[in-house]
Amino acid sequence: MNATMTAKATRTVKVETLARVEGEGGLLIKMKGDRIQEVKLNIFEPPRLFEGFLRGRHFTEIPDITARICGICPIAYQMSSIHALERALGVEIDPAVRLLRRLFYCGEWIESHALHVYMLHAPDFLGYQDVIEMAGRHRETVEKALRLKKIGNELVALLGGREIHPVSAAVGGFYRAPRKRELEGIRERLRWALDASLDTVRFTAGLNFPDFEQDYEFVSLSHPEEYPFNEGRIVSNRGIDIDAAQFEDHFIEQHVKHSTSLHAVVRERGSYLVGPLARFNLNFDRLTPLARQTAIESGLTPPCRNPFQSIIVRAVELVFACEEALRIIDVYEPPAKPRAPVEVRAGTGAAATEAPRGLLYHRYGVDEQGLITAARIVPPTSQNLKRIEDDLWRLAPRLTELPLEEITWRCEQAIRNYDPCISCSCHFLKVNIERE
Amino acid sequence: MNSNNGRKPRIAVFKFASCDGCQLSLLDAEDELLEVAGAVEIAYFPEASRRMLKGPYDIGLVEGSITTHHDAQRIQQIRRQCRMLVTIGACATAGGIQALRNWRDTGEFVRYVYARPDYIQTLNYSTPIAEHVPVDFELRGCPIHKHQLLELLSATLAGRKPNIPTYSVCIECKRRGAVCVAVAQGQMCLGPVTQAGCGAICPAYGRGCYGCYGPMENPNSRRLAAWFLEKGCEREQVVRAFRTYNAWAWQFREATEEREG
Repeated sequence: MNATMTAKATRTVKVETLARVEGEGGLLIKMKGDRIQEVKLNIFEPPRLFEGFLRGRHFTEIPDITARICGICPIAYQMSSIHALERALGVEIDPAVRLLRRLFYCGEWIESHALHVYMLHAPDFLGYQDVIEMAGRHRETVEKALRLKKIGNELVALLGGREIHPVSAAVGGFYRAPRKRELEGIRERLRWALDASLDTVRFTAGLNFPDFEQDYEFVSLSHPEEYPFNEGRIVSNRGIDIDAAQFEDHFIEQHVKHSTSLHAVVRERGSYLVGPLARFNLNFDRLTPLARQTAIESGLTPPCRNPFQSIIVRAVELVFACEEALRIIDVYEPPAKPRAPVEVRAGTGAAATEAPRGLLYHRYGVDEQGLITAARIVPPTSQNLKRIEDDLWRLAPRLTELPLEEITWRCEQAIRNYDPCISCSCHFLKVNIERE
Repeated sequence: MNSNNGRKPRIAVFKFASCDGCQLSLLDAEDELLEVAGAVEIAYFPEASRRMLKGPYDIGLVEGSITTHHDAQRIQQIRRQCRMLVTIGACATAGGIQALRNWRDTGEFVRYVYARPDYIQTLNYSTPIAEHVPVDFELRGCPIHKHQLLELLSATLAGRKPNIPTYSVCIECKRRGAVCVAVAQGQMCLGPVTQAGCGAICPAYGRGCYGCYGPMENPNSRRLAAWFLEKGCEREQVVRAFRTYNAWAWQFREATEEREG
């Protein structure tokens, strides 16, 4: 980290390596007086070329391979690829498998949100460099956070064998479905996790938030009866209402001048926001009554347009994920067969699911031997990058009175509002934003 | 680890081309994290902290493979700053899933993924850290197991050799009492040639091991590949089985590449 300041004329906010984000990126903001001259979010994560080497692989291998795009949200990658492939191959799944997939996603949301809320984002609000330093004054809170995160991981490992890159998810279902008794073993811990999540809402609602409301286009899945994980139409607060198969007709990736980035934008409209804030605003009435009530009691009602408050929304989603997991465990009966049989045929399929940090789109072409002929993956962070940049252009002018170190920290915090997952986004893009 | 003049050993975590999952394993050690943070100084770990202290470091944990010129230079600097350099996971140890480019035209991959390939700078090969600098210890797995990471740290702090078995997944599978999916069900399973450490989870979940911990000590990969062919597997299927997360490890490469000379 390097901050330099030269008189009043020109000041430069420079963060060589962004901390507390997943993956590698940097930030450069140039200011003259209170005018912002340049905002550059530099992503130097090396490209890994996933879509390139997915072609020619057998469809059964895809969920395991795409999981390796992201170590924090591997289940999201498994789920989006599985749903897209099931649509390509015309596979019908057992209702019990559908429930298990929701349960699997609950585990990932709990693990990932607890990580972000307490370990990556809260230290910004409280003025600590990291969660270890935060534990000095807030030992009990941090211990509770770690236990909450662990329960999310335990749920993932229970269904998938391990926390990171679990091995059980497959096209058609699971390699192995748990017995009811196995799931019941985690019920008590989930009840504890629900209480801890309610505390998390109260904890986050008590933080200080800058007055920073923005006019966003929110985009998320929407399902008539459920808060969205795996299924639903892609909707926005500005009239988008489409099937995932139409994603590429409405969302395009633009080239920015002097840039190596592909910015996902709504065609002919511009940047948009995916993630907890979008889900909350578009699906508030499908949260559980307790999650809804807790949100309202903490002063959070839709539409929430302050991205810094996304930390409260993640806490509300923690409440939801714990309650949903408990509900599923109560009603679960193992499927007759853990995996539906798959008849190989040529086809194309697209699907989107809700990764903890937002909408994750996959499309695949499959040939008559079951080999992949085409692959397209649009991760949540690449959809949010343009929006993060837009936030920084609007936030930085309000900070010019502050010392440079403080400006730097606030801008970093604004980036972390999005829980960016740079390893994900960079498997296919490299960003170098410049404006003149 | 001795000769620290009473100060805590300094640990640094570095990332190259990877998914972040292996360094996340340290944060996933929920029960031990605060204890670890008390025993060592976490001097450089950007995923967890904004405080980034300069080297030298006592232990450098390196995640990810080398895929760019810049990273090939960066690992040289990192090696000079670390008394002990440990690679964590399949990317750092064997080149990772992104090493699948090593058999193909990387330029063609770049053109497929990026609309403006001229902006992309990447090497034609994804290579493990040990092809660039000396490595003191390699932790296997895609991802690594957090208990193996904690064992490595404890052993290093105590000045002893870490207890990380180099035998095959089959040993763990037998101990676990899982049914042999290769013999009993005729599934392709890389367990006989893959290093233990995962707990044989794939066979326990009714599927063949896919080799994410990489080759065990002295594996007979060529024989296993031949056995799959004898059992009626297609050659392409066998090649794909060995070409996943540890594809560039030579013991897996020799299973599917023609013997030279």
